[in-house]
Amino acid sequence: MKRATWVRGLVVIGFILLLEALCRWGVIGRMTMIPPSEMAVQLWKLLQSGRYNADILQTLGNVLAAFVAAVVGGFLIGSILHALPRVRRAIDPFLATYYAIPFFAFYPLMVVIFGLNAAPIILIGFLFGVVAMIINTMNGLDRIPRVLVKTARVNGLGPLRTAWLIKLPSAAPQLFTGVKLAIAYCFIGVIAAEFIMSTSGLGYSIAYAFNNFDNRSMYALMLFIITLVTIINAFFHVWERRIMARRGM
Amino acid sequence: MRQLLDSLLVVVALVAVWQGLHWFAGDIAIASPGATAERAATLLGSASFWGHFAETFAALGYALVIAVLGGMTIGMLLGLHRLSGEVAEPILVSLYSLPKITLYPLILLIFGLGMSAKVAFGAIHGIIPVAIFTLGAVRTIAPVYFKTARVLQLSRRQLVASVIIPAAVPELVSGLRVGFSLTLLGVLIGEMFASQRGLGFLVMNAIGTLDVPTMMAVVLLLAVVAILISAGLLYLDRRLHHRVA
Repeated sequence: MKRATWVRGLVVIGFILLLEALCRWGVIGRMTMIPPSEMAVQLWKLLQSGRYNADILQTLGNVLAAFVAAVVGGFLIGSILHALPRVRRAIDPFLATYYAIPFFAFYPLMVVIFGLNAAPIILIGFLFGVVAMIINTMNGLDRIPRVLVKTARVNGLGPLRTAWLIKLPSAAPQLFTGVKLAIAYCFIGVIAAEFIMSTSGLGYSIAYAFNNFDNRSMYALMLFIITLVTIINAFFHVWERRIMARRGM
Repeated sequence: MRQLLDSLLVVVALVAVWQGLHWFAGDIAIASPGATAERAATLLGSASFWGHFAETFAALGYALVIAVLGGMTIGMLLGLHRLSGEVAEPILVSLYSLPKITLYPLILLIFGLGMSAKVAFGAIHGIIPVAIFTLGAVRTIAPVYFKTARVLQLSRRQLVASVIIPAAVPELVSGLRVGFSLTLLGVLIGEMFASQRGLGFLVMNAIGTLDVPTMMAVVLLLAVVAILISAGLLYLDRRLHHRVA
């Protein structure tokens, strides 16, 4: 395990160095891509100047709103569907094919309905994240060992305590997967929506910089998003490992 | 049979909600199901629609071929070598959850406007999930198969062709299903920003001219085609998993 972590670090660093070298030697033209070191310097300058602070905060706020709504909503819908097997069987094929629907195409429609503000952006993020949470909630609840539920009944636990002490911990690994997917999908949904049609936010800023041939700002912002998402992922990865390790898995 | 009926009821409920939204939001925002269906029928009868349709699905086809072949190769190589797999998996997972739309300017700067940019954009969406699924599939193959292959002194190529691929097929179909959805998404997003052809362009164009029925008709047709293909793959997926289990 330790060795893999080391090698992984080396691979990533090697890749960045390779990009740097290719850019410096002119194999990749400056019009296409600026060297990673310049991206980092530029990003540092942008963050210090505070030019994009409002956009960054807005995007993060939208992602957070979409994420919370997707996790809470997905958990509730998943639990309800789990309790109603007939409805669930009827809806199952739709859930399974849900992500094939290109619902970015609905985004402009939502702009028409809600206006050009945060609501349609958050809604797209929510729609993207919620189904992953629903599916994983149902999978998690499916995997609760029957014997544990019976034990709870024998010990006279009420429904609330059964849910809290038995069902939630047993379903936790799946729920965790759902949460991880939800945050990734919310990011994708929000930033893509801002990219397509918006007047502020990180996605918009990248599109704006691109349209104005402002490569330096564009790559700095791209680096920002990539770094941020990678850090969040790494955080969840480590957290999940901890939980699994505690359970001896 | 009953389940089919229930699913039909869900479709009816969805259409009812749609009609309700139409009454609530008005013609400007949402066309009624009837008007949308009518426009869809008109579109299906026009030659220009099929031109856009062919363009989108050609791009999707190329992108899928690249994503599936590339993803399977990467996944298989990494799956067969333990350390490489351990090194690469977290990298792949974090690439998977990156909002790849941020890379769109880069793709455009490299490929320029047109078909190749769309294909590239679709392929970068699809290749990673296929690789992740393949990696998982190869890694979970029972060790006894490998031992048998060694006893029979199979060559590397025989090992891949007659042991690994057959053993991993169910998971590969799962990967293909996820890959298909994401590749379609990538191609459409590509068309929405920077293209003069294809269904994504048609949607954006209809929005530009405030032609709500056309926009909804195109989205509806896209959704129907996507759901049909995905349902076909799902059916295959379930059957294959069933056969193995």
